[in-house]
Amino acid sequence: MATRLSGPVTRVEGLTRRFGDRTVLDGVDLEIRRGEFVALLGRSGSGKSTLLRALAGLDSGTGGRLAVEGTVAVAFQEPRLVPWKRVAANVALGLDVPDPAAAARAALAEVGLADHGRAWPLTLSGGEAQRASLARALVRRPDLLLLDEPFSALDALTRITIHRLVLELWARHRPGILLVTHDVDEALLLADRVLVLADGRITHDSRVDVARPRHRDHPELLALRAALLTALGVTPEETP
Amino acid sequence: MSTSSLDLARPRARIRLPRPRLPRAGARLLSPLVLLAVWQLAGSTGILPDRLLAAPDTIAATAVELIRDGTLPEAIGVSLRRALVGFALGAAVGVGLALVAGLSRFGENALDPPMQMLRALPLFGLIPLFILWFGIGETPKVAIVAFGVAFPLYLNTFAGIRGVDGKLAEVGQVLRLGRAALVRHIVLPGALPQTLVGLRQSLGIAWLALIVAEQINASSGLGFMINDAREFLRTDIVVLGLLVYALLGLVTDALVRSAERRALAWRRGFLAR
Ligand SMILES: Nc1ncnc2c1ncn2[C@@H]1O[C@H](COP(=O)(O)OP(=O)(O)OP(=O)(O)O)[C@@H](O)[C@H]1O
Ligand SMILES: [Mg+2]
Repeated sequence: MATRLSGPVTRVEGLTRRFGDRTVLDGVDLEIRRGEFVALLGRSGSGKSTLLRALAGLDSGTGGRLAVEGTVAVAFQEPRLVPWKRVAANVALGLDVPDPAAAARAALAEVGLADHGRAWPLTLSGGEAQRASLARALVRRPDLLLLDEPFSALDALTRITIHRLVLELWARHRPGILLVTHDVDEALLLADRVLVLADGRITHDSRVDVARPRHRDHPELLALRAALLTALGVTPEETP
Repeated sequence: MSTSSLDLARPRARIRLPRPRLPRAGARLLSPLVLLAVWQLAGSTGILPDRLLAAPDTIAATAVELIRDGTLPEAIGVSLRRALVGFALGAAVGVGLALVAGLSRFGENALDPPMQMLRALPLFGLIPLFILWFGIGETPKVAIVAFGVAFPLYLNTFAGIRGVDGKLAEVGQVLRLGRAALVRHIVLPGALPQTLVGLRQSLGIAWLALIVAEQINASSGLGFMINDAREFLRTDIVVLGLLVYALLGLVTDALVRSAERRALAWRRGFLAR
């Protein structure tokens, strides 16, 4: 393990994806190192989820080259809890550890759902379901963690808590993370690297070398923010 | 009729449809009771002769008598056994074939076309064939029930398996469930609601098939009891037999419903109860 510690956990070269005559991914090159936290920004419909599905091994219709080292866990854009399994059983589903139930309980406690293990998924609120889905991904201790807008249904306060939790878990287990988000500030607060996907390619790739915990008023972050908004096609003055 | 005018008079009751309250249940009991009283009166006064339709009190007395001398329990036992054996056979075949067809393309190509063709055959039109093949003992009756039961279960289970949300199958894939675990945790539970729909349909058919099969030739069971009574113009026994059939149907339906409630507890609709 030690020798591979900083090797790429995934490498993508010239990845393409067409739906009919529409090209959604048009030659994506991407490498994520073990333990690297990468945020992926892009407008709605730019192909972020499509890229994630390819990395998760769920899309057999892609062109180009794609390699993933080790295990992958995914938190989908919709929580996708299995409705006929109680929340704890969802988290423990397919978990290959000595005591899956205990691991599930611990993971649920970490996302603040300790009391909801016996609940049916359809009774959860949107944010609760999202946290349960996050717990189901985190509990697997993967080498590559794919998170598709996992915080979008959370209120601002819960979001801060969960940000902290993800950073903690990341610091402890050092998976490579690819986090899809619409929120530039969130990307800048969390990630080592921020990418922008536009016109089917990675059009922007910048490092964020600011020590954590970060504050959004940090001058370097402010500069990056302006650059990212430009890359996304928004003039900074337009945004509140 | 009185209930529907009540509904219109109380719009609140129309909006809160799912939970009829006790007074309404009482109101709904009224008209059947009146009907029963009219029937009894017509019988007692001789307007309605026993030969056409026995009065309720006669039927009740006959019921007591037939239970006491063991005729009715024995007939029910025989018919129940036919229904159960036929149902179990048909269910095993229907669900088994649906699993094979639902879980593999090959199985679908091999099984689904013949099943779709066979289902077009009229069930009761098969009775002559079944008698030729199986004689006139228990076998043709059980076979008719099994045949009738197999199709609704096959069709619904197959549709249920194919209707399982692909997104959940993807979840199973990224959670690295093997094929067996995927089937067990995602596919089968996902198909269950539709299978239960099929189960209720097939139970209805099972009873109907049994009644028809027992009419044709039987030397025991409820159908025999009814046919035998007809020859002696005992309408009380005929009606009693019908009531028992109806009761058996209601009981099995209630059993399935309670099983449904337990098995589908995760569904929002069931959660509300
Ligand atoms: N299976 C599919 N068939 C046809 N078109 C598809 C399919 N999946 C995705 N697309 C199209 O590909 C484009 C990219 O979709 P994708 O879900 O990757 O967007 P996204 O960047 O994740 O957007 P959002 O931020 O809204 O989630 C969309 O225009 C979508 O309509
Ligand atoms: Mg998306």
